[in-house]
Amino acid sequence: MDTLTAAPDVPAPVEPPMLAVVDLVKRFGGLTAVNGVSLEVRAGEVVGLVGDNGAGKSTLIKCISGVHQGDEGEVLLDGQPVRFAKPIDARRAGIETIYQDLALAGNLDVSANIFLGREVRRRVVPGVHTLDEKRMLEESRKVLESLDIRIPRFRAEIDNLSGGQRQAVAIARAVYWKARLMIMDEPTNNLGVPEQRKVLSLIGTLKSQGVPVILISHTLPDVFAVTDRIVVMHRGRKVAEKATASTNSTEIVEYMVGARDDFRPEH
Amino acid sequence: MTDAAAEPVTVPSSRDAGRRLILAVSRVWAWVFLAGLIAFFTVSVSITSDGVINFLSIRNAEITLMTITAVVLMGLGQTFVIISGGIDLSVGWIMGLSSVVSAEVMLALFEAGVDQWIAVAAGFGAALIVAALFGATSGTIIAKLGVPSFIVTLGVSFVARGVALIISGGNVVSGLPPAARDLGNEALFYVVPGEGGGISLLTKPDVAGEALRGMERVLQWPVVITGIVVLLGAFALARTQFGRHTYAIGGSRVASLRAGVPVDRMTILIFTLSAVTAGLAGCLYTARFTGGSAIAGEPLLLNSIAAVIIGGVSMFGGRGNVMGTVIGSLIIAILVTGLIMLGVDPFWQFIVIGVVVILAVLIDQARDLVAGRAEAA
Repeated sequence: MDTLTAAPDVPAPVEPPMLAVVDLVKRFGGLTAVNGVSLEVRAGEVVGLVGDNGAGKSTLIKCISGVHQGDEGEVLLDGQPVRFAKPIDARRAGIETIYQDLALAGNLDVSANIFLGREVRRRVVPGVHTLDEKRMLEESRKVLESLDIRIPRFRAEIDNLSGGQRQAVAIARAVYWKARLMIMDEPTNNLGVPEQRKVLSLIGTLKSQGVPVILISHTLPDVFAVTDRIVVMHRGRKVAEKATASTNSTEIVEYMVGARDDFRPEH
Repeated sequence: MTDAAAEPVTVPSSRDAGRRLILAVSRVWAWVFLAGLIAFFTVSVSITSDGVINFLSIRNAEITLMTITAVVLMGLGQTFVIISGGIDLSVGWIMGLSSVVSAEVMLALFEAGVDQWIAVAAGFGAALIVAALFGATSGTIIAKLGVPSFIVTLGVSFVARGVALIISGGNVVSGLPPAARDLGNEALFYVVPGEGGGISLLTKPDVAGEALRGMERVLQWPVVITGIVVLLGAFALARTQFGRHTYAIGGSRVASLRAGVPVDRMTILIFTLSAVTAGLAGCLYTARFTGGSAIAGEPLLLNSIAAVIIGGVSMFGGRGNVMGTVIGSLIIAILVTGLIMLGVDPFWQFIVIGVVVILAVLIDQARDLVAGRAEAA
């Protein structure tokens, strides 16, 4: 809680970015899906990742979240090189990916989903543990409250909730488990307008809590509404990286379709 | 404070009321149906026999419970398997294999002069280990090689059948120690009606003639053992992490994987559990009939699946509970004994059971539709 006046002329030690991707290459047979992409994400930053279908966005994030492993280049977390063999490894390191669907068990309730795979247990007798439902319910309510998420039918099965509520539960789960970086792949797809707004405002909440977000979206107005920076990919390469405030959607679209390219190779 | 008035007040609409009614009915229908069946048979059997036969007798209840132990045990394992989104077709022949293995081991040890109770215990132990190996093999192939459980357990079923028939030579394995018979038939309580009768705990009353014929065995050991195993199973499914993960895998395998649920290990454990409960059914069969039979469980496979479905376990996975399976087993058993006591041609049983199974699934679907699950699926 030091004020800035403490040592104004000494530059604060530059912390390494939370996530750094350096010259990442991913090939599938003869196809180079990701071609030498570099990317940095710092605490509290929201970075938009845009590009046409097949531009390599999904492959890039899958290399970050441990679904794929890069062929060349590296991924650094807090300046330390990491290599995730499986998605669960990335998750343990604090990288949470929010998918459009398939992230929650539809037959379980909110609390069971938030604690899925990491249930709180109580020892009844040595060697026998039961689920501590009360504790999990309490904690779930708390985390939803902290994110200002309201789910009236709290004990209902996830399948009976709206798409936006499900998305909110997935985000709450990531927050509860202290996600250090959130990757969201088209989080507002298939949602009604009020629910889209809710998800976007949740991104704002995450940002204010210092959790950086990588947002993949085709909906440019959404990207402009919540991001600090926009990275554009085209045919596996990064073609632009712009501060959101200093660009506009026309320019971004030109990059997306390949009409402009800031990183064209020299040769 | 003034804001509260502006809050929209949710008034339960009549549509909500109807919805709740259907959900409530779907939850308790099996109980209601079971109670209705018992009432129906009690009255109709009494009328058709001019009041001579009492459907609600202790003896009839005991016979019914003894009859369903195998179906309940197989259904218990099957409940876990189906909730996790699979199916186990091997339980019938694994029960037969266990029956044969337990009998052979008991026989060999008994003939070698080992204490008969130790021989019986060793027979049970060996049979359960063999069953567990079969189940673990199925589970491993399903989990690690991604072959559908329907196919793997069908194949394993044939293997178990072959092994059981080879070991037994196709014959009933007999000559077992008396301890096996006692375990399979004696009871927790004995009730001797009439003069000088009474209730006796654990020790068999020393009576003969009319008193012996009238003596009721209440809670025979196979029923007690099955009851304990069912309670443990119900506890595991409803209250433990193992149960929670069973539901989660059936609800969404992908979501479970992403959440870090050990899906492969769970799959192997669930199929092992299913085989072990079937194996226990085989051991109890051996004890009850004092003989091992390879074909002990074959006719019961479909009954056990029917019981699970009638009990409300969804074939799509993710839904159901152990109590439902017990009720489903009871419904089938009471239908069968009731129809027999009414003097109905036994072949009608199959038709009635078939209709009840389809009815159960229709009720299940109505609930899903009402709960709004159908649109999400």
